[in-house]
Parts: sequence; C-alpha cells; structure tokens
Amino acid sequence: MRSAPADLFLTFAKIGLFTFGGGYAMLPLIEKEAVDNKKWITGNELLDVVAIAESTPGPIAINAATFIGKKVGGFIGALCATTGVVLPSFIIIVAVSYFLEAFQHLKIIRYAFWGIRAGVLALILMALWSLFKKSRKDIFTYLLMAASGVAVLLFNVNAIIVISVCAVIGIAALKVGGKRE
Amino acid sequence: MIYLELFLTFFKIGLFTLGGGYAMLPLISEEVALHGWASAEELINFIAVSESTPGPFAVNIATFIGRTTAGIPGALCATLGVVLPSFIVILIVSKLYDKFRKSKIVQGAMSGVKPAVIGLIAAALISLGKQVMFPDGYFVSAATIVSILIFIVIVFLAFRKKNPILLIGISAVAGIFAGYAIGL
Repeated sequence: MRSAPADLFLTFAKIGLFTFGGGYAMLPLIEKEAVDNKKWITGNELLDVVAIAESTPGPIAINAATFIGKKVGGFIGALCATTGVVLPSFIIIVAVSYFLEAFQHLKIIRYAFWGIRAGVLALILMALWSLFKKSRKDIFTYLLMAASGVAVLLFNVNAIIVISVCAVIGIAALKVGGKRE
Repeated sequence: MIYLELFLTFFKIGLFTLGGGYAMLPLISEEVALHGWASAEELINFIAVSESTPGPFAVNIATFIGRTTAGIPGALCATLGVVLPSFIVILIVSKLYDKFRKSKIVQGAMSGVKPAVIGLIAAALISLGKQVMFPDGYFVSAATIVSILIFIVIVFLAFRKKNPILLIGISAVAGIFAGYAIGL
C-alpha cells in the first residue's frame, strides 16, 4: 500500500489530468475516487465541501483537494492533494504556451484564434446565463447585479471594491430584513 | 520585481474569486490590462486554451499569464499566488466547518457577492466583446460581421449543451475558413 500523502498526490493528479473545464465538471470524478474508491470522505461530506467551496475563495477543485487532503493526512496531506490537482494542468499549460509562441505567427493559427475568440465570448455568455438562472429571483438580487455592472462599466470602479461593498450590503440586508434566508 | 508582482496580483485575484469559474474573469481582465500583461485579444486566446486543457480554469489562466510574462518562474509565482488563498482558507475553515456553513454572516455576505459577481462578469463580457469584435470603434468590417455570425452560432450550440471543447474547435475551423475567404 502507498503512504497516504503519495496516494493523495497521485489520486488528485489523476483528477486534475482528466477534468476539462474545472469546477463542477470535476465533482463526479472526485466522487468516484475519493468517496467510492478510497473512502476518504462520505457523499454527504462531499456535498458539504461543495457548499463551503461556494462561499470561500478559489476554484472548487482546489478547495475540495485541500479539504480532503487535510482530513486524510493533515497539513502534509492537504499540500500533497493540492499540488497533485494543480501539477498536471501546470505542466500542460507551460508546454502549450511554448507551442503557441512558436506557431502564433502562422496565418492558419491566427485565423483559428480569430474564430475562437468569438466562440469564447459565446461560452462566457452561456456561463453567465447559467449563473443567472441559479441566482435568487428577487429585486434585491437584480438591483445588486445591475449596480455592480454599471459601477464597473460606466464608472470604472475596481471589481474588488464592488465585491466587498456588495458583501457588506448582503450582511446589512440580513441584519435589517432578518427574514431573508 | 516581476515575480513578486505576479505572485501578489494573483494572490489578490485568488482571494476575491468567490463562486469559482468565470468569477475570476472580471478581476483578471482588470489586472491584466492594468499591468499590461496581455491585450483583450490575448486574454481571450488564453481563456480558450484554459477551457480546452485539463484542470481548473483559474489555475490554467494564472499559469499561462505567468509563463508568457516571466517564463517558468513567472508561471510558478502566479500559480502559487492564485492557489494559496483557497488553500489557507480551507485549512482554517475545515476545523470549524459546521459553524462556517451555518454562519449567518457568511450567508449574508454571499447573498450580496453572488449577484455582484454576475454583474461583474456581464460587464467584463461587454467590454471584452467590444474590444474583440469592434476593434475599430463602430466601423463594421467584414471581419466584424463574421465574428458576430460565429458568436451567434456558438451561442445557439452552447444552449443545446454541446461540449465547450467541441465548440472551440468549431469556432477555430470557422475562423480558418472565413479568414482565408475574406483575406484578413
């Protein structure tokens, strides 16, 4: 049997290598490996991890790797799992960036990326739409959405300031309104 | 010093990326423009590469920008920076996670942050879209028309839940054909 840190590293490297798109795409694979195969956490704990990941900074995959690693192997475990989930994409991206640099002057590559840019804008719109669908449907939420967009687009307000102010407004609304869940 | 600058900037981005995925887009497009690390076009190219390679989007884009700005050490600094905030926060939260999950303060804050992130992504999309599709202001060239057509087709396909990598592939092929046809 492999030691826990090595096992965490290799398992999360596998998860990192085989999930495209990140985020929720990663969850089925984490469930299969960490819940079904290794029994590091239960299905309910994984749901808790997702709930926590949604209100903590950073990508869900990193949050889940750190959380599971910590639970199984303490700080070293967290370090191994997190390094494992990051390393495959790190190596691949470095390789791809050199490849692109070498070929970006070619006409065919320039044309391809010109088409791709329009496609990526469409994908961002799609992601935005699915976030919007999942969001709460009330006037408070819509007002904050509109105000944040306008603040950045028309008044060049820094995104971090917008996020911080809206967090404070959310807390204040909870204290004042009380009944909002 | 560029390494420290990359580390600190991506640490800040990692710390304020709440909600995952494209939540980091507004922050990253703001910072990248501020530091002159990439143009709007290059940023969208990076996003395409990050979408078509394995791993979390935020990590991929940090690695990519770090690498093109300051080589492999730059990639290491940017990636470490973007990962570290979530690593630290989860280590702290994992001890008291029941309390954290049920905390009214956290829930209240997130009820404000989630809509803000949606507004911010929309703003980033509009400003990137303007720069990429209308590079010459409101002068509409053949290239602009083709871009808009590709955009509409991909939106349509995306709503039918096609695989994003496939959609990026289709846009690339469309770009190649249109590029040679209208001779960009």
